[in-house]
Amino acid sequence: MSKKILLDKINIPEIKTYEVYRQNGGYASVEKAIKTMSPDEVVEQVKTSGLRGRGGAGFPAGMKWSFIDKKSGKPRHLVCNADESEPGTFKDRYLMEFIPHLLIEGMITSSFALGANLSYIYIRGEYMWVYKILERAIAEAKAAGWLGKNILGSGYDLELYVHCGAGAYICGEETALIESLEGKRGNPRIKPPFPAVSGLWANPTVVNNVETIATVPWIINNSGDDYAKIGIGRSTGTKLISASGHIKNPGVYEIELGLSVYEFMNSDEYLGGMSSDRPLKALVPGGSSVPILPADLIYKTANGEDRLMTYESLSDGGFATGSMLGSGGFIVYNDTSCIVRNTWNFARFYHHESCGQCSPCREGTGWLEKVLWRIENGQGREEDIDLLWSIQSKIEGNTICPLGDAASWPVAAAIRHFRDEFEYHVRFPEKIKNRDHFVAEPFEKVKHLVTKQTV
Amino acid sequence: MERTHYKQEINMTEALMNRINELISHYPADKRKSALLPVLHEVQDAHENWLSIELMDKVAEILQILPIEVYEVVSFYSMYNQKPIGKYMFEFCQTSPCCLNGTEDLMDYTCEKLGVKIGETTPDGLFEVKGVECLGACGYAPMMQLGDFYKEHLTKEKIDQLITDCRDNKIILHDK
Repeated sequence: MSKKILLDKINIPEIKTYEVYRQNGGYASVEKAIKTMSPDEVVEQVKTSGLRGRGGAGFPAGMKWSFIDKKSGKPRHLVCNADESEPGTFKDRYLMEFIPHLLIEGMITSSFALGANLSYIYIRGEYMWVYKILERAIAEAKAAGWLGKNILGSGYDLELYVHCGAGAYICGEETALIESLEGKRGNPRIKPPFPAVSGLWANPTVVNNVETIATVPWIINNSGDDYAKIGIGRSTGTKLISASGHIKNPGVYEIELGLSVYEFMNSDEYLGGMSSDRPLKALVPGGSSVPILPADLIYKTANGEDRLMTYESLSDGGFATGSMLGSGGFIVYNDTSCIVRNTWNFARFYHHESCGQCSPCREGTGWLEKVLWRIENGQGREEDIDLLWSIQSKIEGNTICPLGDAASWPVAAAIRHFRDEFEYHVRFPEKIKNRDHFVAEPFEKVKHLVTKQTV
Repeated sequence: MERTHYKQEINMTEALMNRINELISHYPADKRKSALLPVLHEVQDAHENWLSIELMDKVAEILQILPIEVYEVVSFYSMYNQKPIGKYMFEFCQTSPCCLNGTEDLMDYTCEKLGVKIGETTPDGLFEVKGVECLGACGYAPMMQLGDFYKEHLTKEKIDQLITDCRDNKIILHDK
């Protein structure tokens, strides 16, 4: 069994409740930080730990904290990003639903480190029952004296509230999230200024993912050095992976960074291999926006090394032959899946979720969806494949926020690795009439048709 | 294009107003507008799950903001409804990870069973089937959202049962 930091207590009965959580060592990090450490010492431990933002970008959390403007004297805020919406990702919900006090403990310790007296957890509106769980947990923590005025007699005050969104993927982007928390449409802001200088109500603000904040208590209870010993290189610690698709055991897993993709996929402790014993066709390792990998690049990198579950190994080879760890949304595809259909589905998602501020994204995602739809439905043209390539290249890098990139990358990767499948759709429209066209006849079996020119 | 004007009976009960005031207290006194999203959820839940112009105007008045500030938010977020909807809205997640495990077939089955197309309400006003984007339950597919709750690992049998339970008034939509 590998080391568990976030989920080690998840199976204790009633760990959801304050009493059981407290009896099992809960809130120790708050005591330790407030009574024995200065805020800067807490930040220093998080820096030493090498903990990287678990929302997807992987930016070092301690460094992000150190950017917060303390000189202006304005009130500071910590906002937890619980707007989990990246397709393939459902780990934060698991943490909040089953061990909500871990997040609240992390919020208190982290707010103390940042000198924030008013903090929020921004949760997506669809997780309404989790919102209620968090509200109750906050009330319990407050009743027990962990929140409010003069916590543990230290003179430190903190109020913590949950705020719910209302169905917008874009609000997972930190500046859109702040806009939404201010009661506005979720349109991302131009950076700079960064939230660390001008965030919520123009005050210095740090926005961190649920998993990042939930890791802080362990780091403070043990040490940054202890945390840095777990994992490999710059991928320190453990990571929650949400696994879905054609596998035996879908669900949320905590892994030590550095585990091999092969072991994660096939061992019974984790995914237990493919469901229905069908062959593996493709993998999206880090949520829908990261590049899809074809079977021959999943277990080994392009230069023949074992592919590991780390930020570095998953991105080895760049976008040509690699992908990204992203949010840890691990989506597995077997040979009955249609890559064109999957890419169309993701394009529809990004089109629906584009906020509409930047024209390359607003218009481009719509084009991607429409062109992919006609290819998938047998009305595609040979030149559509190059058209898709051209559209995605014009969105990427040309938008205020990364949603444009997130919409482009899956399309680019699908064409890069599965171009023959797109060609097959264009050249043999009669073969793909049925929605489940590769179920009866997986693409591998009909691949030879692609080269046969019929047009 | 002509706009249909839907009528709605507005009922700001004391319990609802108390909850709204509690939500407003979560933000600094000069930042009442920040409470807009949570307040809209509460108000919508108490008004058959949709928001008329009059109701939005009422929210603007409570939060001391302009009506347009409410309209622009309501039209942006997919969870707010601007017209009456079926009492039981089956919101299936139709993003790819769910589709890998049979969501599309199950949506077809549900529509057929209820005799509606996606986006239509049954004549008795009870049911509506909708496809929505990723709900963060990819490992538990196929799934849907019904009110405040998720129904996961769905099968045809479970859909049949759910429809029966809705008709028998056994389904709780909101956790209050």
